[in-house]
Amino acid sequence: MWSFIHKLGSPKWFYRISAKLQPWFWVAAAGLIVVGTVWGLLFAPADYQQGNSFRIIYVHVPAAFLAQSIFVSMAVAGLVFMVWKIKVADMAAAVMAPLGAAMTFVSLFSGAVWGVPTWGTWWMWDARLTSMLILLFLYLGVIALRGAFTSRDSASRAASVLAMVGVINIPIIKYSVDWWYTLHQPATFTITSRPAMPMDMWLPLLMMVLGFYSFFIALTLMRTRNEILRRESNKRWVRELVEEAK
Amino acid sequence: MSQPETAKLAPGLKPHLKEPSENLSLALKATLKRDLVLMLRRRGEVLNPLVFFALVITLFPIGISPDPNLLATIAPGLLWVAALLAALLSLDSLFRSDYDDGSLEQLLLAPQPLPALALAKVAVHWLLTGLPLALMAPVLGIMLALPGGSYLVLAISLALGSAILSLIGAIGAALTVGLARGGVLLSLLVLPLYIPVLIFGAGAVQAAIAGDPVTAHLAILGALLAVALMLAPWAIAASLRISING
Amino acid sequence: MAFDSFAAFIAMGGHAPYVWSSWVITLLLILGLVWHARFERRQLVESLKRRARRERARQQQGEQATVYPVDQGESS
Repeated sequence: MWSFIHKLGSPKWFYRISAKLQPWFWVAAAGLIVVGTVWGLLFAPADYQQGNSFRIIYVHVPAAFLAQSIFVSMAVAGLVFMVWKIKVADMAAAVMAPLGAAMTFVSLFSGAVWGVPTWGTWWMWDARLTSMLILLFLYLGVIALRGAFTSRDSASRAASVLAMVGVINIPIIKYSVDWWYTLHQPATFTITSRPAMPMDMWLPLLMMVLGFYSFFIALTLMRTRNEILRRESNKRWVRELVEEAK
Repeated sequence: MSQPETAKLAPGLKPHLKEPSENLSLALKATLKRDLVLMLRRRGEVLNPLVFFALVITLFPIGISPDPNLLATIAPGLLWVAALLAALLSLDSLFRSDYDDGSLEQLLLAPQPLPALALAKVAVHWLLTGLPLALMAPVLGIMLALPGGSYLVLAISLALGSAILSLIGAIGAALTVGLARGGVLLSLLVLPLYIPVLIFGAGAVQAAIAGDPVTAHLAILGALLAVALMLAPWAIAASLRISING
Repeated sequence: MAFDSFAAFIAMGGHAPYVWSSWVITLLLILGLVWHARFERRQLVESLKRRARRERARQQQGEQATVYPVDQGESS
């Protein structure tokens, strides 16, 4: 097992293995997202309370899940990099951040837009949106910090430390924002805390969530491969690879 | 290895060589004393955050409304946010002068554990920044028509909160001390992490105004402080090493 | 089907701008990210190829230089 992990750390090995894995995740992502979209937009019944605007859930929830999972993944990758000095982990962490920020933005945008027909306002300081907004700032901080260092090794280690500090804070932030919101607002209807969703509303949501996760893995594999090419460009295996590439 | 052999010393001289671990208290005391003296010499730097605090509090009634009823409702939040920003202002200089003149590198080379020494520096920073802000806040509260019964809670919550701010902020300061325009980045990094402290700190003051018990809020602040005391020194030490080696 | 007609589908019961803007933004971002990753890869491969070509050319020049030694200030 350990030799597997060690091999995973070798950029060359990771590059080869990811070449084989990538297509599967792309296919899964495309398939799940297309099916989930069609099902959610066309076939799922309209919500009796919110009408058709509830269909926003099919992008809002997957994006929100991803936004949080990606930050955790980034922190774990940073930890792996700091402790075991596996460079590929840092490369993955570096490419994950922008995707995480994008997903956070999608979650915020869709959440805010959903608020217009639901609450009649373009922005609502509810616990979810506020937590997402803070998460966006955390992402921007990690991205900015990584970009501010001239030495790549320092940049990697600084971003890892910040990601780890951030991930410890995320549950604290969520808890405190939840508490703050219930204190200051009457217990209003929150977007996803609803009574159990009927299956034909819930299944397309599951497909979208799985599809988004597949997309995350596929994109991360692809961008990490790019990063490997970029960082290891001096190695012979990269040169040989480039010769053969079309 | 026990006590080193006593070399032949001139009469009247006592050997004071100790093991590095025994030197820890010596080193801590030395660091505390040095930082205190240095900061007190730069009295302007110590006063700056306080003046900033007062200025910001002055700006709000001018920008919003002098109506005491309105000010009374927003006073807890205003005082907390202004104190938070004032503390943030003073963070950039926490390590900068030591970084510039090379004494930070010397600190890294010391045989004593860096987290402990870093904690000593943060303690001095809090004593000369956070604590004065906490003590000054009730005075400014009067200007914002802060309702009675909350002044003591204001001071206590700010004392606890500013200690947490100093600890978390020191992580950000350590990460950015080596960067060209690290000051702006520091705010981006640190403010999202401050939000739970703000929520519970301002919440404590608001609870005091409403006549509700504040023990829960202060207990949570205390817990956050305990967690910060345990974890932050290590993060600060790791960040200092990254900045120096970068 | 939850909708009676295509027009009803587009209208989304009056919530069209909200539903469609959310979906369109999401879709654009996802496609944009994919496009960007592929573009990045293409750029990298091309620049690496160019560099390999340059190095090969320089190497050949270097070989020629040993046959016809010319005093050049710069070593290849």
